[in-house]
Amino acid sequence: MVKILKAGFYSTIQDNGRFGYSSFGVPVSGAMDQKAYNFANTILGNDKNSAVIEMTMVGAEIQFMVPTLVAITGANMTPKLNGIPIDMNTSIVVRVNDVLSCGIAKNGFRTYIAVKGGFLTDLVLGSRSMLKVVTEPFKLNNGDSIAITESSKLQNIKNAKIRFNDGYLKTNCIKVTKGPEFYKLTHQQQESLLSQSFEVSKYNNRMAYQLLPLFNNNLESILTAPVLPGTVQLTPSGQLIVLMRDCQTTGGYPRVLQLTDHAVNILSQKMSGTQISIHLKI
Amino acid sequence: MRYQLRFSQYNERSILVEWPSEISNDILQDVLVFKKIIENNYNKQIIEVISAYNSILIVYVLTIDNVNSTFVELKALSEVEHNSKLETSKTFKIPVCYDAEFAVDLQSFSNAKGLSKHEIIKRHTQEFYSVFFVGFLPGFLYLGGLDSSLHLDRKNTPNLNIKKGSVAIGGKQTGIYPQDSPGGWHIIGNSPVELFSPKRNPPCFIKAGDRVKFYSVSVTEYYRIKSDMMSSSFNVETFLNHG
Repeated sequence: MVKILKAGFYSTIQDNGRFGYSSFGVPVSGAMDQKAYNFANTILGNDKNSAVIEMTMVGAEIQFMVPTLVAITGANMTPKLNGIPIDMNTSIVVRVNDVLSCGIAKNGFRTYIAVKGGFLTDLVLGSRSMLKVVTEPFKLNNGDSIAITESSKLQNIKNAKIRFNDGYLKTNCIKVTKGPEFYKLTHQQQESLLSQSFEVSKYNNRMAYQLLPLFNNNLESILTAPVLPGTVQLTPSGQLIVLMRDCQTTGGYPRVLQLTDHAVNILSQKMSGTQISIHLKI
Repeated sequence: MRYQLRFSQYNERSILVEWPSEISNDILQDVLVFKKIIENNYNKQIIEVISAYNSILIVYVLTIDNVNSTFVELKALSEVEHNSKLETSKTFKIPVCYDAEFAVDLQSFSNAKGLSKHEIIKRHTQEFYSVFFVGFLPGFLYLGGLDSSLHLDRKNTPNLNIKKGSVAIGGKQTGIYPQDSPGGWHIIGNSPVELFSPKRNPPCFIKAGDRVKFYSVSVTEYYRIKSDMMSSSFNVETFLNHG
């Protein structure tokens, strides 16, 4: 078991996501930055779908009641074990009563903590990913306890072969393809959309990221149609909305662009005020 | 399929299939049959098939290597004669309380349409609505078939907190809010039926292709049904229309 001493700004349990329930309107969810999430599990030799803690902007403080191995990936929150700085992107031995604390995210926005065997909250509709309406609770709170398995072999996994390329945390280049309604924009609007820089607005969360400035348009709404994480919707008022992992399954705004899978990871590490540039993937 | 379909790549792992841009029961049948065919044929290769009014999105497990050959395959599937039958469509009778306690906009709706409350309730409860798909929120049913005399544009300013169960009209559509949510529709009643619960499997007992008919209940009945639904022995089949 681990005890959440401080939950941080916004921390949740996340795994791959909740699949097979879209026909009931259930969002997919799952770790926002799938690259960092997957790497955390790879380091520990975990099952691909093992649940981790996803922290946002300000990290958590957690105490371990059993010995295990942890791996921390994603944005650098200057993690410390019992007050002593520890490395990211590698396996770390923790013992009973050890306290892992994370601070403010430096080179990104979200950080992942994986433990050997994963965090064992209840499976809801086949997934542990926390989401309002679907799971209770929908985020971690101070004082929560979460089950983990005890790991008796307390040895660091020395695996020199896997190195993590965190260059994607620095890039501001968001690769996209044309969305189904891209062709409804005028030629000029198409060009401008693909050459302009945008800023991540303060309205950004696990459901969607809004971009600034407004993009003037006169597109009509469409018959409600499927959407995915990475779909960029354009509202009549000119709001560009990039849907993220907790997005709804269908929407009625024109879908002008679609981020690549990896571009969703990149964007999920950006905080409000960050400039991004959109590039058409050929 | 009875319609000319349009295939396009949506992202690295998904293909969008589109029908003509209109809301119709014929397109709905086509969409649901094709969705089922794809699910049956590609069970292992796909993660999810999301359907809406006139389109389906096929999400594959792996990156699509050769888009053109995928298009050809899907096109061929859509062109063969299918005797693949849809699961029988069910009809659900859903209780709605139109009392002023819940129907916060019924009076203004009545004024706007020049129809008495009684007449609005009569017209709202007489139709069999088709469930086109479930989206927007977990358990939110997109219903088609609202009487044209009840069409009314959405409010200019949305309500920030529409109560769970609210039965509402927005534009040409009617629906039930499965949980508290902001929204711009006119609230004309509330249903005690819990449409979505992660504790049930499936979490929503009404699916695309089913039909829904509303019936009016008193405040007393509303609370009785609501408390019945809380009990563990409650069976959603209660709402099936056997008539």
